[in-house]
Amino acid sequence: MQPSQTPRLELIGITKRFPGVLANDQVTFSVLAGEIHALLGENGAGKSTLVKMIYGVMQPDAGEIRWDGKRVVVTNPKAARKMGVGMVFQHFSLFEAMTVLENIALGMDASIPARDLEAKIVAVMRQYGLKLEPHRIVSTLSVGERQRIEIVRALLLNPSLLIMDEPTSVLTPQEVDQLFIVLRQLAAEGCSILYISHKLHEIKALCDTATILRGGKLVDTCDPRVETSRSMAEKMIGGSLKDIQRGASKGFGADKLVVQNLSVAKDGHFGIPLRNISFRVRAGEIFGIAGVAGNGQNALLLAMSGEVPCDDASVTVDGVKVGRMTAKQRRLAGVASVPEERNGHAAVPEFSLSDNAILTARDRLGMVTGGMINKRASVTYAGEVITAFAVKSTGPAALADSLSGGNLQKFIMGREIMQKPAVLVVSQPTWGVDAGAAGAIRQSLVDLAATGSAIVVISQDLDELLSLCDTLAVINEGRLSKPMPVADAKIEEIGLLMGGVHGEGAIHAA
Amino acid sequence: MSPEYIIAAIVTIVGLTTPILLAGLGELVVEKSGVLNLGVEGMMLVGAISGFGVTVLTFSPWLGVLGAAAGGAVASMLFAVLVLQLNSNQVATGLALTIFGTGLSSLLGLSFTGRIIVPFLSVFPDALAKNPIGRLIFGYSPIVYFALIMVPAVYWFLKSTRAGLILRAVGENDHSAHSIGYSVVMVRYAAIAFGGAMAGIGGAYFSMVITPMWAEKMTAGRGWIALALVVFAGWRTGRLLAGAYFFGFLMWLELFAKANGFGTTLPFLQVIPSQFWAAMPYVMTIVALTIISARGTAGSNAPACLGRPFLPST
Amino acid sequence: MRLKLEKRPEPSLLMLVAAPVASVLLTMIIGVVVFDLIGIKGAKAVMDIFLTPILSPVKWQDVAAKAAPLIIIALGLSVGNRAQVWNIGAEGQYVIGALAAAGVGIAAGASGGPDVLLLMIAAGMIGGAAWGGIPALLRTRFNVNEILSSLMLTYVALQVLGFMVGGPWKDPNGRNFPATAPLADNQTLPIIVPGTTIHLGVAVAVILPFVFWILMSRSVFGFQIRVVGSAPNAARHGGFDAGRTIWLAMLIGGGMAGLAGSLEFSGMLHKIDLGFPSGYGFTAIIVSFLGRLNPIGCLVAGIVMAVTYVGGQMAQTSVHIPNSTAGIFQAMMLFFILASDILVRYRVRLLPSAKTVGAGE
Repeated sequence: MQPSQTPRLELIGITKRFPGVLANDQVTFSVLAGEIHALLGENGAGKSTLVKMIYGVMQPDAGEIRWDGKRVVVTNPKAARKMGVGMVFQHFSLFEAMTVLENIALGMDASIPARDLEAKIVAVMRQYGLKLEPHRIVSTLSVGERQRIEIVRALLLNPSLLIMDEPTSVLTPQEVDQLFIVLRQLAAEGCSILYISHKLHEIKALCDTATILRGGKLVDTCDPRVETSRSMAEKMIGGSLKDIQRGASKGFGADKLVVQNLSVAKDGHFGIPLRNISFRVRAGEIFGIAGVAGNGQNALLLAMSGEVPCDDASVTVDGVKVGRMTAKQRRLAGVASVPEERNGHAAVPEFSLSDNAILTARDRLGMVTGGMINKRASVTYAGEVITAFAVKSTGPAALADSLSGGNLQKFIMGREIMQKPAVLVVSQPTWGVDAGAAGAIRQSLVDLAATGSAIVVISQDLDELLSLCDTLAVINEGRLSKPMPVADAKIEEIGLLMGGVHGEGAIHAA
Repeated sequence: MSPEYIIAAIVTIVGLTTPILLAGLGELVVEKSGVLNLGVEGMMLVGAISGFGVTVLTFSPWLGVLGAAAGGAVASMLFAVLVLQLNSNQVATGLALTIFGTGLSSLLGLSFTGRIIVPFLSVFPDALAKNPIGRLIFGYSPIVYFALIMVPAVYWFLKSTRAGLILRAVGENDHSAHSIGYSVVMVRYAAIAFGGAMAGIGGAYFSMVITPMWAEKMTAGRGWIALALVVFAGWRTGRLLAGAYFFGFLMWLELFAKANGFGTTLPFLQVIPSQFWAAMPYVMTIVALTIISARGTAGSNAPACLGRPFLPST
Repeated sequence: MRLKLEKRPEPSLLMLVAAPVASVLLTMIIGVVVFDLIGIKGAKAVMDIFLTPILSPVKWQDVAAKAAPLIIIALGLSVGNRAQVWNIGAEGQYVIGALAAAGVGIAAGASGGPDVLLLMIAAGMIGGAAWGGIPALLRTRFNVNEILSSLMLTYVALQVLGFMVGGPWKDPNGRNFPATAPLADNQTLPIIVPGTTIHLGVAVAVILPFVFWILMSRSVFGFQIRVVGSAPNAARHGGFDAGRTIWLAMLIGGGMAGLAGSLEFSGMLHKIDLGFPSGYGFTAIIVSFLGRLNPIGCLVAGIVMAVTYVGGQMAQTSVHIPNSTAGIFQAMMLFFILASDILVRYRVRLLPSAKTVGAGE
C-alpha cells in the first residue's frame, strides 16, 4: 500500500453531539483499499456513533466524509449500500422461522428471483468458503451461522468497505478463526474492512491499522503489529487514572458474601454464560467488577439477586447457602440488588414511588400484614428515601417515569440502602446519571460499607471503580479474573484483562 | 351403505367444509401477518347478508359473491383501523367485531327477511351435474371451486411471491421488518382486508347456497370453527385444506348422529353422542396446539408476533 | 398526512373519566343518525335502548338480572387482563360452573337449604376454576397460547352441556326437551326484593366489585397482578413468579365465571337447557374493557351493558328492529373506548407525510 494512494474512506473532523454528551469530537482518519482497519475503544468511546454515520443511520453535526476522494453525504443505509458500504451488526435480527434464503432476500434492496438469488449466494459462499445451507430454517442455526447470513447478505452487494461491529463477541474460538480467514481473503481482494472491537489480541492478529478512540476523541492511529497489547490497552483506557489513592489499611470484617464456582447457562442467543465465577466480599468491603458491556454482567446480577436460580452452595451469605433461594427469600436473607436497567427492571415506570417502594421493600420493612399492603408504611418509607437521598420529585405519589434518570436512580439506590442489607449488589449505579447525583450515589455506597455491609459494584466505568472500590476483578466472556486490591492494581493489567488477554494466557489465541 | 348414500354424504361434507375453508384461508393470511382477528363470525354474517342482498337486488349471484367479499372486507376495516392505527387490544376488538357484525347483519337483514333467491348452484350442464358420479365432480356451487382454487393460490402467494415473503416477515418479526424498511401497518391492512373478504364469501355460502334465504345468525358459530381450523392446521395451507375436510367430516358425523339417533347399522356410532363429534374439532385443535407449542419455536409455523400490538420505537 | 402518537408525560385524568362518558354519548348520536338514514326512527330506537330501561322502574329488575352475571364475570376477567393473561373462555367456565352446581343439586336429592346452596355455589366456582385451570396448565407447562386454548374449551364446554342436559341429567318429566329438571324451591337462591326476580346473586354482584377493588388496590396479590402486567422484569426482580401469576389469573377468572354460572342457575333460571349459555362470558370481556379493567368500572359498565340488552328487547317491539341490534351499540361503545384509551395515554398529532430529504451524494 503506497501512501500516495487515495483512501477509500476518509473521515475529516467528524463531530456528533447528543444532549449532554459529545459522542464524537473532531475525529479524523482514513481507511485504504484492502486495509483491515481496527476501531478500538471502551464502551461509550464513540465507536458505534461513528460507524452509524458512515452507514447513513445518523448524520454528523460537523466534518466531512470522503469516499474515493470525493465528498459524500450518506443520507440513509440504502444510500450507503449503493455506495459500496456493507455492515454486519453485532446483534443481527433475523426472521427465526424463515429460511436462510428468505432472510437474505428480505434484506436485499432489489427483488431478485429466488433461483437467481440462490445461485448468487452459492457462488459467494463457494468463493469465501462460507458454509451455509440456503434452505435451512434460521432457528436451527448456531449464532456463528446466523452471522454468516449477515456476511453473505453484505457480500452479495460487492461492498468495497465492510463494517464489522464486534463480530466475535458471540462466536466460538473456531468460528473466530474461520471468520478471520474470510476477512483476510476479502482484504486481499481489495475490500476494506473496518473492524470494531475491544479485543486486543484479535486486533493484533488481524488488523493492519488501529484507530483508538477514548471519550469520543481520537487518541492514536497506530500499527497494532508493532504495538504491544499493553501499550494499546493504555491508550484505550488512558493514563490519567494513575494517581488513585485508596486507604489500603482499612480493616475488613469476616467474609459476608462468598461466591464459589458459580456457573449459569446462557440465556438466549446473545446471552453470555457464567463460567466458574468465584470471589468473596468481606464486611465493610466494596468489591468492584470491571469489564466491557456484554461479558456476563447481567447474568451475574440476576444470579446474585435470585432472579435466576443457581447451585445452592455457589452463593453463601454469612455462611448460609442462598443459591437456590428465590428473589424474595434472598432479600429476606439480606441480599439487596440494583439492576442496570432502571425502567421496567429496577422500577415500574407507570407506578408511583411509594408503589415502587413496595416492589422490593415490602417484606423486609413489614409493609405487609395478612396479605394486605400497609399503604401508609410505603408512603412513609418512600418519603424517607426521598428526603435522605435528596430525590427531586413531587413526593411519594410521583410516577417513576416522571423523574429524571439521576433522581430515579437515587431513589432506587436509597430504597435498597435504607433497608440496611447485609449484601448489596449494584450494576452500573451511575449510568446516565448527572455528576451531582453520581457523587451522592457513590457516597451512599461508601457509607453503607462503613456500617459493615458487603458491597459489589459492577461497572464499565473504570474511574468509578478505582475511586470507589477496595478490591477489583475483571469479567470477560463470563469468566472473572483473580481479584486484586485496588491499591496494587495496575491500569495496563486491567486493560489487558478487559481486552481478553489473561496474564497466564489461559484464553484461546492469546 | 349404498353408493348413492355415500355420494350424498360426500356432497354434504363438501358443503359443510366450504365456508370454514374460505374463512380459514382468509384468517390464515391474517394470522400470518401477525394479527389475530377473532371477528371471523361477525364478518361471515356481514358477508352472508351482503351477498344475499346484492343477489336480491341485482339478480346476479356473481355480483352477490363480490358483494359478500366487499361486505366482509369493509367490516374487517373497522377492526383494522382500531388495531393498527390506534393499537387497541386485538382480542377485545375482534370480539366486538363479532358482536357488531351479528347486530349489523340482523339490522340489514330486516328488509330481506322472507325474500328468497335462486340458490347459486352448479353452473355445469345438467347432464354432467345430475348424474350420480358427475355430481361428485361437477355438482357444486362455483363458490366451492373458488375455495379449492384459493388453496394453492394462497400457498403459492405465501411461499413463492415477494409480497408473501414480506407478509410472513411482518408476522414473524414486525420490528425487524420495520427496520429493513417494510410498512408493517400497510401489509397488515391488506391481510385483514383479504381475511374479511374470504370470511364474507364463506358466510355467503350459507345465504346463497345452503339455504337461499336470510336468517339471523345463520352461520351458527362456524366462524369459530374456522379460527380453530387455522390453529389445527399449524398455520400451513396444505394442512388447512386437509383439516377443513376433516372438520367437515366430523360435522357430518354430528349431523348423522343427530338425525339417526344412535340406531344405525354402524355399531361404533351407536354409543357415541352427537356432542362428541361436535366437540372433536376443538379438542383436536387444543391437542394440536399443545404439540406445536411444546415443540417450541423451532420448526413451528406459528407467526411469532401473533396478537401482539406493533409499536415502532421511533 | 399521517397520524403520530406522542406519549403523554402522565395519563390524562380528564380523558380517563371523560372518555367512557363520551363514548356512550357518541354511540347514541351515531345511532340516531345511522338509524334515521336506513329508515328507522333513530331517536326512538336509541331512546328505547339506552334510556327507557333506566326511566321505567318495572325494567330495573331485568337490568339487575342481566347485569349481575356480566359484572361478576368481568371482575374475574379484569384480573387476568391486568396481568396480560387473556382468558376469553369465560363462557365455557360459566357453563361448567352451572353444570357443577346442578350436579351438586341433583346429588343432594330432596335436601336443600343454605348448606346445599352454599355447596352448589362452591362447586360452581371450583368447576369454573378447573375449566380455567386447563389453559393455565397448558400455558405454564407447554407454553400454549391461552387465548386460543381457552376459546376452544368454551366450545367443548357447550357440547358437555348439550350432552348432560340431553342425556344423563335430562328431566324425565320434561316431555323429552333437553333440559334439567327445575330446581326445587329449597335449592333456589332467595329473592331479596319481594315481588321481583332480584335474587341474592344480584347482591353478590353489587358487593363483589368493592371486594375486588380492595383486593386489587390494597393487597399484595393485586400488586403482583399489576406489576406482572405492566413490567414483567420488574415483577421478577420484586420476587413475583410469572407462572404463579398466570395460574392465579386463570383460576380467578374461571372461578368468577363459575360463580356467575351457578348464581344464574340457582337464582334466575332454575334449570339448565340448551339456551343457558347466552354469551355472557363473551360480553363480559367487553364489559371488562369498557370498565377499564377497574372493579368499580366493571360495575358501572355491566349495568350499562345490561341496559342495552333490556333496551334492545324493548326496541324489538317498539320500532321492530332485531334484538341483536343492541350488539351494534355495545360494539360501538367498546370501539370508542378502545380508541379513546390511546387518547388517555397518547396525544394524537397529524403530521405531514415524512419523505426522506434529499437523496444525494
